[in-house]
Amino acid sequence: MINKYIVFTLVSFLFNQDITVDEIIKKIDFNLNSKNRVIESKMIVHGRRTSRTIEAKNWIIGTNKAFTEYMSPPREAGSKMLKLDDKLLTYSPQTDRIIQISGHMLRQSVMGSDMSYNDIMEDKPLDELYIAKLEGIEYIDERKCYVLFLESKVDGISYPKRREWVDSEYFLPIKEELYAKSGKLLKSTSMDGIKKIKDRWFPSRFLFKDELKKNTKGTEWIIDSIEFDVQIPEILFSKSNLRK
Amino acid sequence: MINFLFKGLLRDKSRSFFPIIIITLIVSIIIFFSGFLNGVYNSLFLNTAILNSGHVKVVTHAYNLEHQLLPNDLALLDVNSLVGKLENKYKEYTWTPRITFAGLLDVPDENGETLSQSPVIGLGIDFLSKKSKQLDIWDLDKKIIKGSLFNKKNQVLLSEKLSNRLQIFSGDIVTFIGATMYGGFTTYNLTVSGVFDLNLGPIDKDMMIIDFSGAQNILDMEDAASEILGYDKKLFFSDNSTVEIRDEFNSQYSDSSDVYRPFMLALRDSNQMGTIVDFSNVIMSIILGLFLIVVTLVLWNMGIMSGLRRYGEIGMRLAIGETKGHVFKSMIVESVIIGFFGSIVGTTLGILLTSYLQKVGIDYSKGIDSLNSSNFAMPNIFYPQVTPDLFYIGFIPGILATVFGTMLAGRAIYKREMAQLFKELET
Repeated sequence: MINKYIVFTLVSFLFNQDITVDEIIKKIDFNLNSKNRVIESKMIVHGRRTSRTIEAKNWIIGTNKAFTEYMSPPREAGSKMLKLDDKLLTYSPQTDRIIQISGHMLRQSVMGSDMSYNDIMEDKPLDELYIAKLEGIEYIDERKCYVLFLESKVDGISYPKRREWVDSEYFLPIKEELYAKSGKLLKSTSMDGIKKIKDRWFPSRFLFKDELKKNTKGTEWIIDSIEFDVQIPEILFSKSNLRK
Repeated sequence: MINFLFKGLLRDKSRSFFPIIIITLIVSIIIFFSGFLNGVYNSLFLNTAILNSGHVKVVTHAYNLEHQLLPNDLALLDVNSLVGKLENKYKEYTWTPRITFAGLLDVPDENGETLSQSPVIGLGIDFLSKKSKQLDIWDLDKKIIKGSLFNKKNQVLLSEKLSNRLQIFSGDIVTFIGATMYGGFTTYNLTVSGVFDLNLGPIDKDMMIIDFSGAQNILDMEDAASEILGYDKKLFFSDNSTVEIRDEFNSQYSDSSDVYRPFMLALRDSNQMGTIVDFSNVIMSIILGLFLIVVTLVLWNMGIMSGLRRYGEIGMRLAIGETKGHVFKSMIVESVIIGFFGSIVGTTLGILLTSYLQKVGIDYSKGIDSLNSSNFAMPNIFYPQVTPDLFYIGFIPGILATVFGTMLAGRAIYKREMAQLFKELET
């Protein structure tokens, strides 16, 4: 008992920790998740030969319902995506078909980006999925960051381990590494352009990089506008709305 | 002297007619057997060439490094221009662009929602353009077991295994789901025009075939292709010539560090094919070599026998004053004449027979059907091949073996004792 107390005191002294890991995780979840939100964004996919910009509008309620409509480029314009719990449905005007994305297709890239359909599906709060521990404190661009290592507490998620560098002021993971169960690095992300929106901090630019893709230059996700806690009609999240 | 020997051969049929017939028969058999082996060798690689590799193929250097992932984002661009250049430079080959891609095939229910899905490997092959020779090369009509070949770019042929698995048949509509060349999400409705069976085991398990223009449309690959395949115009596979043009083509770009530069691969460069080509070359050489040795021994023996048969005649010629050297020389010239004529007639007959069977083929369907339980990809019909080596290969045993046989028998001339000759002639 005395030994445990000494270790805790030493760790607290070394990291100069004035906040617990659980508090850090809760603050991250507060910043990144909301009751509902509407986002207008563009995704710049930096391919090996060319870059493509895809514009989309998303309506999201909690973590279970999301509706996305792609606005451009012309080939993708009018395509829609509906997430209902663990189901993902897509609609493309070219085929006038509603197709359920399932199985190994969920691991495929969304619109050629470095994000997979699974990445879209698994946006639950970290608190529900992981157990975190503090590894230390590092400075990125002269900003103090808590380095957290998270291990999943539920089965079947895409990234059973992740390491996050959490800004000590904004409580956002400004750098993140996502690992397989074996410890292999699968993806890395970073964020910048952090702004205060209402009472939360939110980035205006994310950079995703699929570490399994050779020579990838990553995918930028730029948030043009975001509104939190606005009224979104339930009817938006219906299959019939995909064809409208 | 040659004129004199000719007359002798024409007047004594036992010295010319039968030896020439034997040499003709043996040389014909050699030519046909060699042509047959060439045909078997070619047939064994033809399916691989048609399905995967062409006799040669051009891809980008970057595509080649990741070819197993079917990375169409690294595909060849300006394909029409590149095909034109290849057609001008390598006129003995037929060049055709192809798109190989992967994705999902989604079958809708009556409400248009997903009923079933399956992963699919698609081949976009140029069947519909006017100048394309792909229909002849694939011989697809014989492989379609239900429905018919497509005639529009939004139609598709499915393999029998895929069609049975998804329970879709001619006239049904399926949706392809995949990624464009630029990584975009693509879905496309295709009408099933027919079902094929390549009879090549599990190779076509997840295969669908659409026209090249349809694949370009679906995958946003205007004037682009995964690869450009080259087929010898006679569909004859020659390892040496494919390696030669590969080296010559790639040397043009040896100074370039552009990862998208065109890069040519010979058939032997495809997955593990080099080992199989080398192994087949060795086996074919051993079979042909053993056969040549056997027939050479037969002809050699014939030369010896025909020399020994003339023991009395030689003795007489020596007795009336002809020198041993002159007798030996005249026998050699005679055997050269006989060997030459026999080889010419034998080569002509052998090539005519091989040419005929090259057109009609030798049907092994029943034998191959009995192998259906195995997954070994074998063609049902073998087509013997007339190759340049058939025009001279028969002369090796036809002339040389006959001459060596005569030379061996002729050694006896020098062992004859002049003092004994009259005694021998008296008996």
